[in-house]
Amino acid sequence: MTPRAPRGMSGLTLPILLLAALACVPLLSPPDYLMHVLITVLLTALAGTGWALMGRFRLVSFGHGAFLGIGAYVMGLLWNYYDISPWLGVPIGVAAAVAAGLLLGYPCFQFRVVGHYFALVTLAAGEIVRILIVALRDITGGSLGMTPHQAPPGEAFAAMQFGKAGFWWIALAAWAAGLLAWRLLDRSMASKALAAIAEDEDAAASIGIRVTREKLMVTALSCALAALAGALTGQYRMYLNPESLAGLGISLQIVFGAIAGGMFSIIGPTIGALITIGLEESLRIAFGTQFTGAAALVYGILLVLFMIFLPRGIAGLLERPPRASTGRKAPAKGTVPAAQPPG
Amino acid sequence: MDPFLLEALLNGVLLGGVFALPVLGLNLIFGVVDVIWLCYAELVMVGMYAVWFLYTQAGWPLFLAFAICLPLVALLGGLLHVLVVKPLLSAPPINQVLATGGVLFVLQGAATLIFSTDFRSLGVEMPPIELGEVFVSGTKLAAFIAALVGAAVLWAFLKFTYVGTAIRAIARDREVMPLMGVDPRRIYLIASAAGGALAGLAACLLVVQLDVHPFVGLSFGPITFMICVMGGLGNMLGGFLAAFLMGLIVSVGGFYGSTDLSYVVAFLFFILVMFFRPRGLFTR
Amino acid sequence: MSGAGTLELSGIHAGYGDFQALFGVGLHVAPGEAVGVVGPNGAGKTTLLRVISGLIRPTAGTLRFGGQDLAALPAHELPGLGIAHVPENRRLFPHLTVEENLKVGAYTPSARRHFQQRRDHVYTLFPRLKQRRHQLAGTMSGGEQQMCAIGRALMSGPRILLLDEPSAGLAPLVVQQVFELVRRIRQEGLTVLIVEQNVAQVLRIVDRAYVLETGRVAAEGSSAALAEDPVIRRSYLGGH
Repeated sequence: MTPRAPRGMSGLTLPILLLAALACVPLLSPPDYLMHVLITVLLTALAGTGWALMGRFRLVSFGHGAFLGIGAYVMGLLWNYYDISPWLGVPIGVAAAVAAGLLLGYPCFQFRVVGHYFALVTLAAGEIVRILIVALRDITGGSLGMTPHQAPPGEAFAAMQFGKAGFWWIALAAWAAGLLAWRLLDRSMASKALAAIAEDEDAAASIGIRVTREKLMVTALSCALAALAGALTGQYRMYLNPESLAGLGISLQIVFGAIAGGMFSIIGPTIGALITIGLEESLRIAFGTQFTGAAALVYGILLVLFMIFLPRGIAGLLERPPRASTGRKAPAKGTVPAAQPPG
Repeated sequence: MDPFLLEALLNGVLLGGVFALPVLGLNLIFGVVDVIWLCYAELVMVGMYAVWFLYTQAGWPLFLAFAICLPLVALLGGLLHVLVVKPLLSAPPINQVLATGGVLFVLQGAATLIFSTDFRSLGVEMPPIELGEVFVSGTKLAAFIAALVGAAVLWAFLKFTYVGTAIRAIARDREVMPLMGVDPRRIYLIASAAGGALAGLAACLLVVQLDVHPFVGLSFGPITFMICVMGGLGNMLGGFLAAFLMGLIVSVGGFYGSTDLSYVVAFLFFILVMFFRPRGLFTR
Repeated sequence: MSGAGTLELSGIHAGYGDFQALFGVGLHVAPGEAVGVVGPNGAGKTTLLRVISGLIRPTAGTLRFGGQDLAALPAHELPGLGIAHVPENRRLFPHLTVEENLKVGAYTPSARRHFQQRRDHVYTLFPRLKQRRHQLAGTMSGGEQQMCAIGRALMSGPRILLLDEPSAGLAPLVVQQVFELVRRIRQEGLTVLIVEQNVAQVLRIVDRAYVLETGRVAAEGSSAALAEDPVIRRSYLGGH
């Protein structure tokens, strides 16, 4: 496939400019609180992007918390017990999560566990990771959580421990990597194959698509992004706990963010993260900590409303008009619209 | 036999009885409406709070609190169907599941707002009962018997009443039901309310054994979904048997290791079952 | 013409989504009459029955039974008015017993009151069903299943019985038995509207018939007249 020059140019320049602009945010020395919220948004967006990467192909996982947890705890344990820097620990954690994802995914895909059944198998996997973290409390700190050791003075950089600005750049890079992965996937034949599999697995297999392989590929990518988000979140907060990094609760929150923003669009999960984190923070400011349940309550109501009235999410609202207009401009080409237009 | 192992086996059976009710409720709803209520354990949580509040705060007699709990959660089940599931009946299954997942957050959030995250205990304990060499918690035994009675009532309802027979029929053929004079929407509502009533009964049996807090549903919700799937979604008998199997795995696993790890074993067992019997252990 | 219990259709248009199956079909069935609807595959015969029993809404036309407008009613209220529909492929509940299938057929409040009496009546009509009352319906032979499906429809105490291809998929000898039973049912005074591809057989048991082709009534008349009609004979009766 040859990318059309003007489309390719504008398709690349704009994101690069935007990224450059975002990278300059810390130079404006915004208040710490704002930076904190923005970093959280980026990392949440990364996890949601990872989930939606496979979720949009009807591989709906209710256990993505497991991969956040594996990424974070592998990194944290390596640092606390073996003095292995998170610079190395994060990739190892990501690799471990990918391995776990493949270990679970291979039999799932081979044995044709799909739909409700796939959702519940992943739910079980997420719970297993959460319970293991709790059960191995002598090592992991159990449900009380775990704090990575403070690096000795002067070695903060080597231990990936730095202030808001430093983490902003790391989170930004990770988030951009997630979007890049989405985009590269969309441009590859794999996305066509996965769309075909989502449509009809048997038909896809009959035209020579290697169903298990394609699914494993997108699962690995998805788990990697989720684990990266989990590890960076743990490292940024300097606190790891099973409830916020594994299990059904966090897994559903990831799903909610991605769905609310729009799981079929590259920016959907990021919009979702803005909404969920924004909502959480504004409710916290509005009600204070005595109304801790309010955020979950409003979340839940919104999730129900989104499912009923806006199942394609906010991004679904944004994407429809341009798609219709390009269709009107070039009807003669008669091209079959791709499952997901990139960007 | 080692009396402690015997005790573990016995406790496994008793635990299976507790798992059985929510499993039957979920299967009833899935069989009829074809939807998984992800928030089912949270309906149980609401019932537990209702009993706790009426008994310890309002000072009602315990059995009156139980008697209110059942219709209350049944009503909640009906409302859930009308407000959340009904508008999504023709939507993709995953959207339905996620919407009920939204209700999970709503109920957890509402419980946190109203009752805070404190653990609340009913403070009711029956004396242990000696059965041969082993002691069994009287509370657990009473809950087990009540669960069996509940399951038997459900069975009789499905077997002998017109509505129950229609519920079993609709699980196989939705489209033909109007020709029998059956309004499917009404059957959906009845099944949802009955599923809610089972959650209410489960709440009565759990609140005497567990402290209630807003996230208590997460401690038994996931395993009940897995039991349902292991027994075959919509298969009542399979789910009932699988509940006892899982109860035994958790209890005996806890005997040889720790309670936490026994759940890991149970979940791993579930995942393995999915690979080799994806439509359930007891599906022909 | 619109006496008590007369089924009247006029100008019925209906279909599935964008696909239109019926184009202005008109038809009437008087009380006590047995009427056939014949025609090739895809002529819209099944659609016609589904329109009458409310499973499909007509897009145009009127539909009355005993003077009452059916188009305004939901499908599940029609059995209560006396319309029973034995659907294509029988659609029994295979995992329920024979008697439980009959019980679902008696779901309407008025039918529940007469359950025992009607069940016993069905068992005298079909003694085989009585022998197999506790057997799962899905384990019976095709002919027995067809009897059970008809019995299930009778449980609602209908005034008119709609039969969709009762002979489909049955061995010739069993087809004879089923038609014999339909003849007996109508002798008891029940109004019957029967859709069939087996034209020769059905013309022997009905008073009148309509020929449906590509969603339109191509011909109608008494069974005797239709059986003599050279076009009908060539198209449907093997030309002899």
